[in-house]
Amino acid sequence: MAEREQKRKPAPQREEEAVEDVPAASESGEKIKAELDDLLDEIDDVLEQNAEDFVKSYIQKGGQ
Amino acid sequence: MAIPKICGIETEFGIIVRGGGESNPITASSVLINAYVQELVRTGQTARTAPRVGWDFEDEMPHVDARGTTPGDASPPEVETHLVNAVLTNGARYYVDHAHPECSTPECADAREVVVWDRAAEEILRRSMVAARSLLGPGEEIVVHKNNSDGKGNSYGCHENYLLARETPFGRIVREITPFFVTRQVFCGAGKVGVEAPGLSIHEVPYQLSQRADFFEEEVGLETTLKRPIVNTRDEPHADAQKYRRLHVIIGDANMSEVATYLKVGTTAIVLSMIEDDELGLDLAPAAPVAALRAVSYDLGLTTPFDLASGGTITALEVQWEYLERARKYAETRGLECVGESVGEDVLARWEDVLHRLETDPMSAADTVDWVAKRRLLEGYRERHGLEWGDPRLAAVGLQYHDLRPDRCLALRAGLQTLVDPAEAAHAVADPPETTRAYFRGRCLQKWPESIVAANWDSLVFDVGGDPLRRVPMMEPSRGTAAHVGTLIDECDTAAELLDRLGS
Repeated sequence: MAEREQKRKPAPQREEEAVEDVPAASESGEKIKAELDDLLDEIDDVLEQNAEDFVKSYIQKGGQ
Repeated sequence: MAIPKICGIETEFGIIVRGGGESNPITASSVLINAYVQELVRTGQTARTAPRVGWDFEDEMPHVDARGTTPGDASPPEVETHLVNAVLTNGARYYVDHAHPECSTPECADAREVVVWDRAAEEILRRSMVAARSLLGPGEEIVVHKNNSDGKGNSYGCHENYLLARETPFGRIVREITPFFVTRQVFCGAGKVGVEAPGLSIHEVPYQLSQRADFFEEEVGLETTLKRPIVNTRDEPHADAQKYRRLHVIIGDANMSEVATYLKVGTTAIVLSMIEDDELGLDLAPAAPVAALRAVSYDLGLTTPFDLASGGTITALEVQWEYLERARKYAETRGLECVGESVGEDVLARWEDVLHRLETDPMSAADTVDWVAKRRLLEGYRERHGLEWGDPRLAAVGLQYHDLRPDRCLALRAGLQTLVDPAEAAHAVADPPETTRAYFRGRCLQKWPESIVAANWDSLVFDVGGDPLRRVPMMEPSRGTAAHVGTLIDECDTAAELLDRLGS
């Protein structure tokens, strides 16, 4: 396994960027959280109203 | 040198009827497909008989085993029932298989084309759902999901097909592809809430990488509906059997992520080319492949190793790094012409990128990998509403990720990267790829639908009046491309003229 570790190439650029990106990272972290909140709002809007019935009646027989 | 890896995907879709009483899935599937065909006719998008073309079963032989024998204890595969069958002008086949609507893409030359025509297949199903409304009762709706499990122990497939040289020994294919198939789910698993393998419950496995891993029980075999094998042995090349094999891959999940489909097909095509050229030289056989397949699917951290047959242990990501490293060497020494040079290089770059991201932080692959994207939605939703994993709302999120209705589909809202422009997918609903024999099939169906009475992957049967029916064999999947026959088809006014000039 150790040999395998050594052969692996690090991701290009990613490590250098990480240091400078600290302030930006927390900003982008908030942005990601806001995006997820919007997404969850949308799921609340479009998700099946009666999830229990929907899940219970979802039966798919006879497949490969 | 490996032969061109002509490939395609056939997807069985989940189907339900909403707002009605008891419904029969075979009837619903037939209604769905007939509705699409009628809509094509009504809007003049194709001439009147094209989609009603029959299927030519002359060369079908789904019972032939690539190992050369049929084991005595294996039950014969179920005879497929094709109640409704449409051959489309994009070269695809759209039909009722078992109790599901199924769409097979046309033969494609590379992974990117597969993504384009897989997107077209989704669009065909969407248009079918809309068209079916006029055939149903008030308040009724047919809903289609691109998934592989109902969460109750029933599974349906998304099968891939790859063209291989006949002389490639089948034993080598099985030996060398198995570790890859056991582990590729780290980037092409579609994710599933709960578990359907016997003896386990949602308490032990609240979420897993793959839709399908629970349903595989054998390492190698002919079945597709029971005792499913990791490597399927169906030996039905739909091409010159002296020259070709078709590897029928039944282990994959249907992907909502375009990049996941691209990686699934692209990496598999490269690995199969290496196997064909005997350039892989890896022995990473799991000690217990079926158990390893499930263990990998249940390991959300991607860090738990499984036992190797040769001794020692390895993680799924380590297996994938080994295959990638060999693929890089193969690309340097042999080139990637057989999978499309630029697509092959792009697949290698994206393969490396996704492995890095999965290794660093699996959640960082949420814009690429379906099981990660879905997990992000589930974890967020679970936290917001304080839900236990067994809550039906989470199961509903898991199902609705795959709902093909644009106003309901959660995958469409999950921030997945795309590869294909919607206009390109729309074009692929009507037109075939230019790079394989699908071009000949599609163009002939567009231009002379009234003269074609039957079609199959490897033949077209014409009725040009007077003479007996004339069957044009298409045993070479890489012939009949736009470069070969585009001008000929353009120049011919009638099917009879085409047949005369083809000399058939």
